[in-house]
Amino acid sequence: MNRFILPVVVFLALAGLLYVGVRHSPNKSTMVSALLGKPAPVIELPVLGDPTRTFNSRELAGRPWVINVWGTWCGECRVEHETLLAIAKQNRVPLVGLNWKDDDEAAQQWLTQLGNPYSVVAADREGRSAIDFGVYGAPETFFIDADGLVQYRHVGAMTTEVWEREFLSRLPKAAMP
Amino acid sequence: MIPELGQFALVLALLLSGAQAYFGLWGAHRANPRFMAVVRPAVAGHFVLVSTAMAVLIYAFVNFDFSVLYVASNSNSALPTFYRVAALWGAHEGSLLLWGWILALWTLAVAMFSRNLPPSFASRVIGVLGIVSFCFLLFTLYTSNPFERLPVEQIPADGRDLNPVLQDPALAIHPPLLYTGYVGFAVAFAFACAAMLEGKLDQAWARWTRPWTTLAWCFLSVGIALGSWWAYYELGWGGYWFWDPVENASFMPWLVGTALIHSLAVTEKRGLFKSWTLLLAILAFSLSLLGTFLVRSGVLVSVHSFAADPERGMFILAFLVLMIGGALTLYSWRAPLLKSPAGFDGISREAFLLYNNIALVLAALVVFIGTLAPLVNDALGMQSISVGPGWFTRTFPFIALALVVLVSIGIHSAWKRGKLSDSRRRLGIGLVVALVVGLAISLGAYGPGKWLSIIGVVLGVWVIVSSLFDPIDRLRRRLSLSRAVIGMTIAHLGLGVCVIAISTVESYTIERDVALGAGETVALGRYAYRFDSLQPIEGPNYDGVRAQVTVLRDGKPLTVLHPEKRNYWVQRSTMTEAGIHSRWNMDLFAALGEDLQGGRWSVRAQLRPLIDYVWLAAGLMALGGGIAASDRRYRARQAAEAAATANTGTAEAT
Amino acid sequence: MKRLVFLLLVVSGAAFAVDTTTMPTPELQQRYETLTHELRCMQCMNNSIADSPVGLASDLRRDVKELLQAGKTDAEIRAYMVQRYGNVILFTPPMSGSSAWVWILPAVAAVAGLLVGVRIVRRRARLVDQDDSVVDSEEKAP
Repeated sequence: MNRFILPVVVFLALAGLLYVGVRHSPNKSTMVSALLGKPAPVIELPVLGDPTRTFNSRELAGRPWVINVWGTWCGECRVEHETLLAIAKQNRVPLVGLNWKDDDEAAQQWLTQLGNPYSVVAADREGRSAIDFGVYGAPETFFIDADGLVQYRHVGAMTTEVWEREFLSRLPKAAMP
Repeated sequence: MIPELGQFALVLALLLSGAQAYFGLWGAHRANPRFMAVVRPAVAGHFVLVSTAMAVLIYAFVNFDFSVLYVASNSNSALPTFYRVAALWGAHEGSLLLWGWILALWTLAVAMFSRNLPPSFASRVIGVLGIVSFCFLLFTLYTSNPFERLPVEQIPADGRDLNPVLQDPALAIHPPLLYTGYVGFAVAFAFACAAMLEGKLDQAWARWTRPWTTLAWCFLSVGIALGSWWAYYELGWGGYWFWDPVENASFMPWLVGTALIHSLAVTEKRGLFKSWTLLLAILAFSLSLLGTFLVRSGVLVSVHSFAADPERGMFILAFLVLMIGGALTLYSWRAPLLKSPAGFDGISREAFLLYNNIALVLAALVVFIGTLAPLVNDALGMQSISVGPGWFTRTFPFIALALVVLVSIGIHSAWKRGKLSDSRRRLGIGLVVALVVGLAISLGAYGPGKWLSIIGVVLGVWVIVSSLFDPIDRLRRRLSLSRAVIGMTIAHLGLGVCVIAISTVESYTIERDVALGAGETVALGRYAYRFDSLQPIEGPNYDGVRAQVTVLRDGKPLTVLHPEKRNYWVQRSTMTEAGIHSRWNMDLFAALGEDLQGGRWSVRAQLRPLIDYVWLAAGLMALGGGIAASDRRYRARQAAEAAATANTGTAEAT
Repeated sequence: MKRLVFLLLVVSGAAFAVDTTTMPTPELQQRYETLTHELRCMQCMNNSIADSPVGLASDLRRDVKELLQAGKTDAEIRAYMVQRYGNVILFTPPMSGSSAWVWILPAVAAVAGLLVGVRIVRRRARLVDQDDSVVDSEEKAP
């Protein structure tokens, strides 16, 4: 009888769903940015170490750029630092640092000691810009295209593999000035 | 050397469970008595071996054997002995071993108490249980070996300690009782599979299956209640249910289990609902397995899940597909043959039990949807969502209250023909008493509240009153009450108490989160909490502070609460111990938040009316189930005597 | 795949926080408490921002407080959060869009259950007179 087949069928469909669920990495649901395809929030924050200067993200309008959220309290940030330095050396695209809920002195010391891959670092004392970007943990890195739209968010330590696959691939073929 | 013995014991147990499965099922299929005779000794051996493994692990814990990875990860030299033993089931690998041991225990019980069953049937039941054991042991040995050793150079000087959240007496009993319930549904599952393999399902089958199922249900009820109570006093929120995926994972089998024990009643009495009962038996255990999967695979995020591991998730999923897919395929083949010609009225007892079943399964479905929805959206590439308490509290209560109404009316109904008109008086009185007492308890004692809660209280009273009519009537007529009736009544009283308690707590709790300094007070209705002082404390593996909070009623001191904040050294984590004083009609609850400096602390102060009755109610339900399961029908010797008396034509007063 | 660890701000193992924020009026206080219990702490395991001890949660609570004081409605505040974090930050899924099914399915199931019940009962009620099995109508034992 047809209706007795129903339980098996429903169960196998459910099993399929669970299979897909296990295959996706844990917490995948929270990794896709809500801002994809939308304009990146404007950042207007003091520059780290230089209270007279302000960083305004509107300066970067018209070209692609990358923002990396980090903090000295963040272990994974330390892990990705080498990669970021290597990426900065390539000089393909401006790398902006967003120093999230950190101590100015500690952050500056960190950069002096370990090297500074950022073209500029904005100090987000109160975490408001991070919230605007939908950041929920560090490190996170965003790719913003020439039209000012967020195209990709990477959650976790940056690796050369991810950089090439998701960030470099989104740059126009012409090299950046 | 000794931990390897434990692993070896598990390997042998794996082989024996394989033998159990093979000889049990093939022996029954071929009606080979010699094969079937292997089964019981195999079960005994299996139990001894798994017990040995448990003993070995306990030994490793008690003797601080940090060369065993699991012990090193979950124990510490400063951990008290009691917790060193309980730490056995504090994390994934050990809890799986506990699962396996409890399964071996249930199987042993079935083997011991099944001598009055036809041999081929009993063999099949034990054979199916053997398959389940085999899969679980395979999973344990392959992916979650508790006896894994660290290489000599990596053996730590001291262990990483048991998670401080678990360092509580409730850890000793909550998981074992909960698992006894969860795993117990495997027995009903095995009975169902045996019936399907046999190609026969009759009223005798229902009579055999009922006590096992009811007993598992009792344990699950108590297990869930303990978990809720533990969350309440240990985790410091003062909440008792969070609709967290892990909680839901145990609640779903409970709901379906309740439907199952009621459906079995109809199958035993009237030979009806056979295929439905089969399906429920498969479904209950499936939900237990699904719960195991959800908690350990990392597909869902929860406060209490074990460390997520996709590899383990895949294994359990494969296990699920094999067992449940197999059982449901059997079902699709055998169920169409189970037809019954019996009839019943729309308002008969059978009908009400049908409605009750539909409501319970619907309730389980609601919990299921809410728990898995985020997963579904992700898997189908839709936008990610969260489903939290706000969704559950807007959906579940309606079904629960509908169910309560069904119980209050249906309890009066007679088999086959209903005859509810005879019970018009009882229904009327019941409703009136419910309204009067219910409104007195809610609006009268507490004042204005949520309308849904007030309805809940009234309906809860209605169930209680309705359940008492028949027993009281029988007692007045000097008729005896069978244990089945007593058990049923107590369990339904438990349901009523539970509904009243939950409705009251949800509407009339008073909660204030405030910053308090020495001498400062926070008011909660007639009561006030005064933060007196703070003193340092030290325990075997922690230090911290202990506050003195005096509770005043109408300005006069009533009692003192002692909430604590503890820092556990090894894992460097902080735990909150709530200060709770239970009165007959409420709990006075205080918990420390954080040190706000300057001698001030943030404090959570709560008044929880009737909250203890939520857990008491679960206890009542379990008690009722236990009494009903011990009814003379199920006890072999007495059943034989009863059958003999019936044969000679002597009528029996019920 | 390397597991990603984010719970770095969480120093204490205590899984909950006591939020002592007070709003200027009881009405705002009520709205504040409701909203902070409805918003999920994105960094935690299934906690609301009201109950979570992590820094992100207190930042989000601050935002809720400021938005309330600026006169925003509950819907506007939720929209503010969803704009940044997606629907996943709402503990109660919206009734429209990709989560509409979560609300609709239980209702559909309830109706289906009712229809199934009615159908079965009708069929059995027709059989009652043909059914000559003897049943003790006094008996209430399960």
